[in-house]
This record gives sequence, structure tokens and C-alpha cells, in this order.
Amino acid sequence: MKSLTKLVMKQRTYAEQKALWGFAYVLPWLLGFIFFFFIPLLTSLRYSFSSITANAQGITVSFIGWANYLEALTVNTSFNRTLTESIVNMVVNVPLIVIFSLFLAVLLNQKFIGRAVARSIFFLPVILASGIIMTLESTSLVQAVNEQNAGSGFMNAFGSFELARMMLQAGVNENIVLYLTGAVDRIYQIVSQSGVQILIFLAGIQTISPQLYEASKMEGATGYEAFWKITFPMVSPLILVNMIYTIIDSFSRNALTDLIRETGFSKFNFGLSSAMAWIYFLAITVILLISTYFVSRKVFYHE
Amino acid sequence: MPVSQLLSLESWKRWLWSFVRLTLIAGLSFVILYPILQKISTAIKDKKDLYSPIVVWIPEHYTLDNFMNAIRIMDYWETLVNTFLLSTTTTILTAVSCALAGYGFARLKFKGSNLLFAGVILTILVPPTTILIPIYLNLKDFTLMGLIPLLAGKPVNLLNSYWPFILTSLTANSLKAGLYIFIFRQFFRGIPKEVEEAAYIDGAGVGTTFTRIMLPNAVPAIITTTLFSFVWQWNDSFFTTTYLTSSKVISTQLSSLPYNLAIQLEGGDASKADPFYMSMVQDTGILLAILPLIIIYLFVQRYFVESIERTGIVG
Repeated sequence: MKSLTKLVMKQRTYAEQKALWGFAYVLPWLLGFIFFFFIPLLTSLRYSFSSITANAQGITVSFIGWANYLEALTVNTSFNRTLTESIVNMVVNVPLIVIFSLFLAVLLNQKFIGRAVARSIFFLPVILASGIIMTLESTSLVQAVNEQNAGSGFMNAFGSFELARMMLQAGVNENIVLYLTGAVDRIYQIVSQSGVQILIFLAGIQTISPQLYEASKMEGATGYEAFWKITFPMVSPLILVNMIYTIIDSFSRNALTDLIRETGFSKFNFGLSSAMAWIYFLAITVILLISTYFVSRKVFYHE
Repeated sequence: MPVSQLLSLESWKRWLWSFVRLTLIAGLSFVILYPILQKISTAIKDKKDLYSPIVVWIPEHYTLDNFMNAIRIMDYWETLVNTFLLSTTTTILTAVSCALAGYGFARLKFKGSNLLFAGVILTILVPPTTILIPIYLNLKDFTLMGLIPLLAGKPVNLLNSYWPFILTSLTANSLKAGLYIFIFRQFFRGIPKEVEEAAYIDGAGVGTTFTRIMLPNAVPAIITTTLFSFVWQWNDSFFTTTYLTSSKVISTQLSSLPYNLAIQLEGGDASKADPFYMSMVQDTGILLAILPLIIIYLFVQRYFVESIERTGIVG
């Protein structure tokens, strides 16, 4: 009896010790979380309800209620437009990027000559198409002129124009046609944003056990059926992951981020800028919740 | 023979598919490589060839002037060293702190650790713009809960130094650190518990188990996070241009390159500057900025793909 209690005691202290270690391991992150994330988050919420003026003593913050939000939504000339543009862009691009990267991952998973080279080319955008390089690239004059000279711009427009006409004549809905031809025209944008997503899908496809494919082949399934009945359900959790990643990834490169920064750092209207940032955050949250709700109902989990 | 007919139909289908696949992959690879090729071709072009209608890809007059100009204006070598130092420091610190936090969340459960992990997810989801201004003001008058004014008399201004990067990466809250913690947690959860228990039974403490057993097993996750964090820090313009305004690192130099070009190339008179020529030097500058990354990528891309497959983000 005595030894039993001793054992229980010892086990509990061991678990406690482990918990203590766990806390110690998480502590650096926790400190950073509090000082560089949580307090700033609350402060930003407070700023969004206040008017901030800088003076010799530092800054003074005075509470003004919803005025900043009202200004952002009703007075500011470009906020509404930029917000809708960013969100529409996101809603349009996310499905395209996810479908495109799944398709490419399936393609890159097959065996063919030069697969290693193709793979390393397709992951190049992970490195190149981020941050400052992307921003500067869009302003390159030489490139724009060269494109015009080479006639590629013209050819591009012409190609999708022809395609659009054909589809319209076939009786496809106009909106769908515009969406698809728009995707063809923006192919560089889509390719350059789907590097990480291709990686994730590729990794997911490679964890599917080959026995499944063998068995389905025995039963006479074609490659097409194997994709829809095996590959697609098995990677469906990753569709959710990739969708969320794509939405988060779009934070760093959109017009709204620039507008918020400009309001904050060029016009020094910190209150308005915080209010804009919070409206943006709420909009993103709503989109994430809605899309997660719809996609996660279709997702197949092993367990 | 019906069987051979069927076979030939099959082989036809296979050939057709390979052909379609080849076309698609070649085309898309071209789309990705096109800007880089374009930049290389622009960078070695002479000013004379800029308006020549017969020069499309291969220039008539080769020159290294663009490189010289870009290197001079960007202060390239100093910038390169600075950026390298900054990226390496943040990468190492981020990897260490994220690995610790990831292991803590994965295996050393304590009361409320799940709640804290929800906090990690929150840091991934909140756009950095939302918290940028308070962090900026905080760093401008850094007090560390009122400790520094007590010692030094007044708060320190941490802007324009590397301290913001060091502090945030030391505490696993730098750029996209939430993602790295997530990757590490998923990976450590994938390592069998028995391995760890064996180490405990043999008398190893938590610290020894982590450094001697778990970390060597986590090499793929370490490679993935260090690569991502290095590259993203190198290219990051969002935090870097906010924290560092006059220090010479690649992303600030690149973002101010158009202005510097206008001033320096045409002898101080921006209105006389030829916009095409400036754009040409700017392209060269971008090429110089991504060149180190491409070289590094050539060496590690093999590990990159392999390690992602085993990090368990997908598990």
C-alpha cells in the first residue's frame, strides 16, 4: 500500500516535471506572443476606436467611438473599393490556385524524363515570387515593352478572345467564360502563387499507399476513375489546408495592405489605419469561416 | 487480332498523354522562367541595343555596365553581407525557438497548452498589417515593461537596428513563425512515442531527449523551416522596410532603387533620365538580388522537395 502511494506520488511528480518542462519550452514563444502579438493586437483595437495625436510628450489617445470605422467606410474615397477589389480577387484566385496546383502536383508525381528538373522549376516561384521582387517586377518598363514588341501580349489577348467566342457560341454562361479566359490571361500570377501549394499536394499524394492504386487497377479502374475515387478523397484534407494557406498568403501582396500602411505611415492617421486593418481582419475571418465550413463538410478523413 | 489492336490503342493513348504532359510542363516552365531569362538578356545588353528593333533576346553589343551601375548604386557587396547576416541570424534563432515551442506543444502537454496552441493558430491568421502600428510605436519607445527607463533614464529607440528582428525571432514571433511552429509540432507528433520513452528509461532528461533523440530525427522539418525562413526574410519588404529605414539590406535597397537610379545615373537631374535605361538597370538590380537565392536553391532543391514530403504538414 505504501509503495503504491509512493508510485502514484512519483508518477504525478514525473508528469508535473514534464509539464513544467513543457511550459519552459513554450515560454520564449509565450513571451513573444504576449509582447509582439497579443498586446499590439489589443492596442490596435483600442487605437481603432480613438483619435491619436502626436506631440512633444509622445502620443495622446482619446476615445472617439466608431468614428474611425464610419470614416473608413463612408468618407475615405478608396477604402471600400480597395477592400471589395482585394476580396473579389481573393475569391476569384483561391479556387483557381488550388485546382491548378492539385493538377500540377498530380502531373509532377507521374514518371517522365526530366521530372527532377521540372520539379525544381515549379518550386522556383516559392523563392522568387515573394515580397519586394514581385512588386518591382510589375513596374519593369523594359519587360512591358519587350512583351509588346514580341507580340505576346497581342497573341495572348487574341488567343483567349478566340476561345471566348467559341465558348459563347456553344452557349456557355458569359460569367463562366470570362472567369476562365481571365484565368488564362493571368497564368503567370497563378503559377507564381502556387509553389508552396504544389509542394503540399505533392507530399500528400506521395503518402497515399500504392496498394490502393494496384487494387483499383485490378478491378479495372481507369486513371481518370483512380484520380476521382482515390487521389481526390485522399488529398481532400489538404485542399482545406491549401485554401487557408492561399488566403493567408494573399495578405502580403494586395492593394489594401498598401493602403493601410500608407494611411498609417505617410498620413500618420494611426486610428483610421487601425480601423481599416480591423475591418480587413474581420472580412478575412468571415471568408475563412464560411469557406472552411463548406469545404470541411466534403473533406474525407481516414479516421 | 483484337488483343494487339487493344494494345496499340492503349499505347497510342499513352503516347498522346505523354505528349500533352510534355507540352503543358514545358509551357508552364517557360512561363516561370521567362522573367528570369528576360532579365538576364536585359542585363547584358548595351544601352545602344535598347532601341534596336532587331535585338529581341540576344544583344548585339555585350556589356557589363549595367552590372557595374547596379552594384555601385545598390552598394551591392555591403548590402549582400548585411542581408546575409540578418537572414542567417533570424533563420537560426527562429528555427531554435520554433523547434522548442513545437516540441513543447507536441509532447510536453501542460494545463492550457491547447489554448496556447490556439494562440499560435491566431498568429497565423491575423494579417500582419493589423498589428503593425502598435508594434512600430512599441519599438520606437522600447521600455520592456518600464525596465529600461529605470536603468537608462529614457526608452530606447530600436528602429533602424537589427534588434526588432532578433527579438521577434528569439521569441518565435517573426515573419510567419506560426507556420514553422505548426510544422514542427506536426513533425514531432509523428515520431513514435516509444523512441522517447526508451530514452527516458535509459535515464535521459527532457533536455537530453530533445537534443539527442528528437532533433536528429527532425532534420527534414529543420531543413524546411530554415529554408522558408531564410528566403522569406531575404525577400521580405513588409517588416524590413518598416523596421529598417536607412540600413542597407537587399529589400530596402531594392525598394529605393528606382529613386536612387533617377538621382545617380543622370548626374542628379531626374527629369533628364531615360526611363527605359533606368528600368534596364533596375532589372539588373533585381537579378543581382535574387542571384544568391538561385545559387543556394540549386544546391538545396533536392533536399527541399524530399524534406517537405517528410515534414508531416500533410499527415
